[in-house]
Amino acid sequence: MSSTGQGKGWDVLDPQDRARFEQLVLPHLDAAFNLSRWLLRSRSDAEDVAQEALLRAFRFFRGFNGGDARAWLLQIVRNTCYTWLEKNRQVELMTEFDEDLHQQSSATPETLAIAGDNRERLARALETLPVRFREVIILRELEGCSYKEIASITSVPIGTVMSALARARQRLQRALTQPAQQEAPHEL
Amino acid sequence: MSCDFSGTLLHAYLDSELDAMRAAEFERHLETCRDCTATLGAAESLRSSLQRAQLYETAPAGLRKKIRSELKITATGASSSPVAAWRWLAAAAAILLVTGVAWFALPHFGSTGPESVTAAEVIDAHIRSLQAGHLTDVTSTDQHTVKPWFDGKLDFIPPVRDFMDEGFPLIGGRLDVLGERNVAALVYGRRKHFINVFVWPTKDPDTPIHPPGSRQGYQWVHWRHKGMEFCAVSDVSAQDLHELAQLFIQSQ
Repeated sequence: MSSTGQGKGWDVLDPQDRARFEQLVLPHLDAAFNLSRWLLRSRSDAEDVAQEALLRAFRFFRGFNGGDARAWLLQIVRNTCYTWLEKNRQVELMTEFDEDLHQQSSATPETLAIAGDNRERLARALETLPVRFREVIILRELEGCSYKEIASITSVPIGTVMSALARARQRLQRALTQPAQQEAPHEL
Repeated sequence: MSCDFSGTLLHAYLDSELDAMRAAEFERHLETCRDCTATLGAAESLRSSLQRAQLYETAPAGLRKKIRSELKITATGASSSPVAAWRWLAAAAAILLVTGVAWFALPHFGSTGPESVTAAEVIDAHIRSLQAGHLTDVTSTDQHTVKPWFDGKLDFIPPVRDFMDEGFPLIGGRLDVLGERNVAALVYGRRKHFINVFVWPTKDPDTPIHPPGSRQGYQWVHWRHKGMEFCAVSDVSAQDLHELAQLFIQSQ
């Protein structure tokens, strides 16, 4: 809880902390990179931001209370990504999250199976989702996080995670089966 | 979306986030609701597309190096030998990831012989057990009923204790198979959730309770004590599992 480590940087960590960091946090670098890559939609930006997040995590490591290290790290990664987006691509954060779903997805398992067969198309559809929908899909489907973990990473109640996931999936289905209307990221 | 269930509840079901009772309830509902059946089919199809597409992007090797050097973590750094062993494991896991093998940080519990058990098997066994009618072969909260039940069914006697007073009531036991060997599965309750504790004999020395691992929303802890190997797995918190593991160790 306390953030005693936030002072001068990583030199304040003793060798034991350093070893613990290496043991508990560093193995989740792939998760950190993957989340950044999908939130920022760019591998090179993700490299910078994931690195920054790892260094930040190291600095705050004394505040880590020994729970789920991956969730703890991903929370920092997510915050670092959002800060970066605010600074560099503010418009992406303003995409309306609470948009009502008047349009019902016409997706059937068959049309989805065809549309979803193409990695590029799927990746593009995913990238058209507002970042708050995209992140729950990434955390759930790629990272395999539980609702509880997603709730703690994104700092929202579990109920919100559930409804965000439900709506994110509907939107992704729509984006896949109606590509023409979804080509632009900000179709609202 | 005309059915109330097709919103969040359906997704919680898809994500295995419902407890056994509510999942069974929803399955009954599915039998009569065409809306939900269609929505669930589409959601499952989307999930398998996402998985087939292999969208997960692992960190470039250069990034790992850069971070390590920034953190001044080097092979000859200030770390003790168990950490070096861990680093080797982490490196092995990273190689597995790079080669595209779906795997996770803990390669094997126990020795690497043919009888070793993987975390994936443990989680599969746990999920299997939650399907209707699979949880227990012998259902009893009485340790003196559950323990003798194993007698003659296995080539070892698992330690069976009820921890009702500590908040982990014994629900029963069953036979299961992990890594091609028969194991005892002890089932405990924790609030409305179930915990499977898999037990099998080992010749390896005792180990402390292994730091928890987690995958797909399930957590597990692993330990060896007095010639027995244990793995507890559940969707309850890692702290709860740790607490149960400690109760086992203290009671033996």
